[in-house]
Amino acid sequence: MDIFTQQLINGLVVGSVYALVALGYTMVYGILELINFAHGEVTMIGAMVALMVIGALLGVAPDMPGLMVFAGGLLVAVPACMALGFAIEKIAYRPLRHAPRLAPLITAIGVSIVLQNLAMLIWGRQYISFPPLLPQGRHEFLGAHVTDTQIIIFVTALIVMAGLWLLVERTRLGRAMRATAQSREVAQLMGVNVDRVIAATFIIGSGLAALAGVLVSAYYGLAHYYMGFMLGLKAFSAAVLGGIGNIAGAMLGGLLLGVIEALGAGYIGDLTGGFLGSHYQDVFAFFVLILVLVLRPSGLLGERVANRA
Amino acid sequence: MNLSKLALSLVALACAGLLAACGEKPGGSGDVIRIGSVSPLTGPQTHIGKDNENGARLAVDEINAKGLELGGKKVKLELLSEDDQAEPKTATIVAQKLVDAGVVAVIGHLNSGTTIPASKIYLDAGIPQISPSATAVKYTAQGYKTAYRVMANDAQQGKALGQYAVTKLSAKKIAVIDDRTAYGQGLADEFEKAAKTAGGEIVAREYTDDRKTDFTAILTTIKGKTPDLIFFGGMDPQGGPMAQQMKRLGLTAKLLGGDGLQNINFLKLAGADAEGVIASSPGLPIDAMPGGADFRKRFEARFGPIQVYAPYAYDAVNVLAEAMKRANSAEPAKVLAELPKTSHQGVTGPVTFDAKGDTMAGAVTLYEARGGAWVVLETVK
Amino acid sequence: MAWLRARPRLALLLLAALLIALPFLVGAGLGRSWVRVLDFVLIYALLAIGLNIVVGYAGLLDLGYIAFYALGAYLYAWLASPHFGLHLPFWAVLPLGAALAGLFGVLLGAPTLRLRGDYLAIVTLGFGEIIRIFMNNLNAPFNLTNGPQGMNLIDPVSVGGLAFEGQRQFLGLTVTGLHLYYYLFLAFTLLAIGVAMRLQDSRIGRAWAALREDEVAAAAMGINTRNVKLLAFAMGAMFGGLAGGLFAAFQGFISPESFNLWESILVLCMIVLGGMGNIPGVILGAVLLTVIPEALRYLGDLQRATLGHVAVDPSDLRMLLFGLSLVAMMLWRPAGLWPSRQRKREFASEDEHADLYDARA
Repeated sequence: MDIFTQQLINGLVVGSVYALVALGYTMVYGILELINFAHGEVTMIGAMVALMVIGALLGVAPDMPGLMVFAGGLLVAVPACMALGFAIEKIAYRPLRHAPRLAPLITAIGVSIVLQNLAMLIWGRQYISFPPLLPQGRHEFLGAHVTDTQIIIFVTALIVMAGLWLLVERTRLGRAMRATAQSREVAQLMGVNVDRVIAATFIIGSGLAALAGVLVSAYYGLAHYYMGFMLGLKAFSAAVLGGIGNIAGAMLGGLLLGVIEALGAGYIGDLTGGFLGSHYQDVFAFFVLILVLVLRPSGLLGERVANRA
Repeated sequence: MNLSKLALSLVALACAGLLAACGEKPGGSGDVIRIGSVSPLTGPQTHIGKDNENGARLAVDEINAKGLELGGKKVKLELLSEDDQAEPKTATIVAQKLVDAGVVAVIGHLNSGTTIPASKIYLDAGIPQISPSATAVKYTAQGYKTAYRVMANDAQQGKALGQYAVTKLSAKKIAVIDDRTAYGQGLADEFEKAAKTAGGEIVAREYTDDRKTDFTAILTTIKGKTPDLIFFGGMDPQGGPMAQQMKRLGLTAKLLGGDGLQNINFLKLAGADAEGVIASSPGLPIDAMPGGADFRKRFEARFGPIQVYAPYAYDAVNVLAEAMKRANSAEPAKVLAELPKTSHQGVTGPVTFDAKGDTMAGAVTLYEARGGAWVVLETVK
Repeated sequence: MAWLRARPRLALLLLAALLIALPFLVGAGLGRSWVRVLDFVLIYALLAIGLNIVVGYAGLLDLGYIAFYALGAYLYAWLASPHFGLHLPFWAVLPLGAALAGLFGVLLGAPTLRLRGDYLAIVTLGFGEIIRIFMNNLNAPFNLTNGPQGMNLIDPVSVGGLAFEGQRQFLGLTVTGLHLYYYLFLAFTLLAIGVAMRLQDSRIGRAWAALREDEVAAAAMGINTRNVKLLAFAMGAMFGGLAGGLFAAFQGFISPESFNLWESILVLCMIVLGGMGNIPGVILGAVLLTVIPEALRYLGDLQRATLGHVAVDPSDLRMLLFGLSLVAMMLWRPAGLWPSRQRKREFASEDEHADLYDARA
């Protein structure tokens, strides 16, 4: 039983990070119907920038408390990624808003490759270790181990998601975003500055991605120029699972995918009598994705929208 | 219309190719003997690849300084270094490039995944290939008379590790993880075999890949099987976080790895959790070898610290030069006839080849991480 | 070269002579390694022509195309290597590889029929990864693919007892396996060009174009969009499978690392860069993206010779340049370096269908 609890906890922590990244995908897709392939790379850039700042802070003031150094890194990484998200939208996507739909998709792949290789040139190909800044305490919980870092990640993710939900449901900007998602033209006629709403969407999504990137790399203790790609892909699957364009769906999808993966990797060997093992872990995410798209393209929480999928 | 346009374009392309072709110069004179060296000189393994090249270069320069005489004529060795980017397709292209350049032998490649496809080209050209670091069993099992290596292969290293885990570390229940690369999987499979033979019980076999950083799911499963030892066939970027996550999950089993973990970067990535991890490296500890400490001094004075396999590349060149001397010729066919008779006292240990071209010594040294450094435990056969 | 344009027959003759002489010219001028590069150019041209059917003709973005290449390669290895002890001749194996890939193309296509472009991209990407993961892991419980170790000792192509390896003298020329493969690949590439061009101008080709432009309108015009899409997947996949079989025979060794996502993206770059939907453009893309990295290699050698080390890694730059060119092409020259005329018009007339209102157009 404790093994099961442990897998569940592992899955929920990873899932909360998936959810943070998935929100960025889902918000952009909801408004532009565009898969922002570069979104995963934004998480990586966030982690790298934070690491740079943290390294500098530790160099200047080695006695600073870990949490403060961590917050310092985050405070630079999040705005940096917001600016990056804004720039990506402005340079790579906005000019193509009326182009054939293949064009922005290919641009997105291009941006993703560019960011990855730029990061590689700047920060190198080596895995960079992330200093242990967050509290490392370990607790027993229902027979499983939970660390402070895990609790911090999970709680932070939940708080931020709640904040985002409030933003979208209760503020003027949120209302404008929802209106734009329903119909860009009508929103424009109603006086919504659509360009600004789209820019805001990218900025918010990228900020969340940066946060997710920093959390992930603190959790695993390392960062790498390639880390964003797979994370992005998983998060996208999570967004689709929950129902793309749906904010609550992205949260649910993220948590669910994290748990599915953890339990899958943990139990598939026993379930299939050793035929399939943990080497098929990545297959689950894709398999779930394909299954959802084929059986219920609108996702778990999404309403059925004609011609969307 | 479309067709003529296509025709025209291809004509233009061909012309461009021809123009480019005109700038080439023929190379190679009678007294200079060319030897190829191939390793990844760009990409993630650049530092290891450069290390191999440096080892070979040191040997070549020393042989030249001493003077080499073949068939009554003084000759000079020249090292041609090529970059295979650790990629199979590129490996075959640069192999061909070396054959074109008229090399009489090749030291390389670094990875098994590049060494194997390239070996076919060297076989066709009839020139000897000595890999300093490719460890896949398959490389020498192809039956190619041109394929040699100076490092213990996966079977030899895995066997030594498996026996060591059971007999010396007295592990009864063992979990095995590999990273699904040719290196990690090959080593883990051989380890598993040897550990079983020695009387150990394999309680779990789990897998990850060389891009992952989350091992909590498989480690949790492994924890449920309560092993005394976890063997990981893979490299430091995975091994580091794995050591950390083991601690976090309260896993007390010992972590054992191959030469993929036995490096500085692993210690950095695992941080404090590296303490007590045991990892192996093929060959003897350099400083314990006759002439080893001296080699290290000469190498480091010129190239800086030894990364990993430079001593093997150094030995490979010397093995080759001795075969040339015995044949009294640099002709590949004659050198090939002499290579099986090799008995060389190298800086990595004695080198003698079996019928397949594998080294017969195959010693493996074990190290333990203590206080942020690797400490020699012992050398096993 | 206007005089050539006026004499298409002469151009064709010249071209044929050049294509035949090319490997010897290149081999004499640049060395045999460049003949090998030339062989790879042809393999990639085959792949690009195949992917172009799916992406360029039918407008379905496929990011997992390399999976078909992998299937063709593995089938060749299963049927012509010591792995299962089978040694079937290449003319029997290659069509089987193409057929297997085509079958998988349909299997992939069928559930994804309803998906729109961007979803399709993700699903195909997932499919490509799934195939690679299976190839990488199916060495147990039953050793099908030999896992990450890859499969070696794959039989070379042989025609009438003449194996494509080693070298022999012919009319005073040294003919090696590389040269023979060149002609074999050239034959297949020409065949593929012929098939692709005929397809484009056929009923099916027009149906694909209609599908690409507007799926709903295409369906309204009585096009069976399901069958037409499946056909595009199958045709594209068959070329991929064929190229894979040729690759396996040529290399003699295959392992899963040769079939990763970046290869899919590389082939996609070729057709985007060259000009989606236009065969000469696609071939240009394949030539450029195969030759440029090899040429960039000299940049690294040059740095090593002058600086003693590599300051800017050319292989790092390569991917960066690919990414930048993808973005730049879409922004400024979305139809590619060498677009088809129709395609150029489509991209140019995007803003408000200018030509509709312009009486002179």
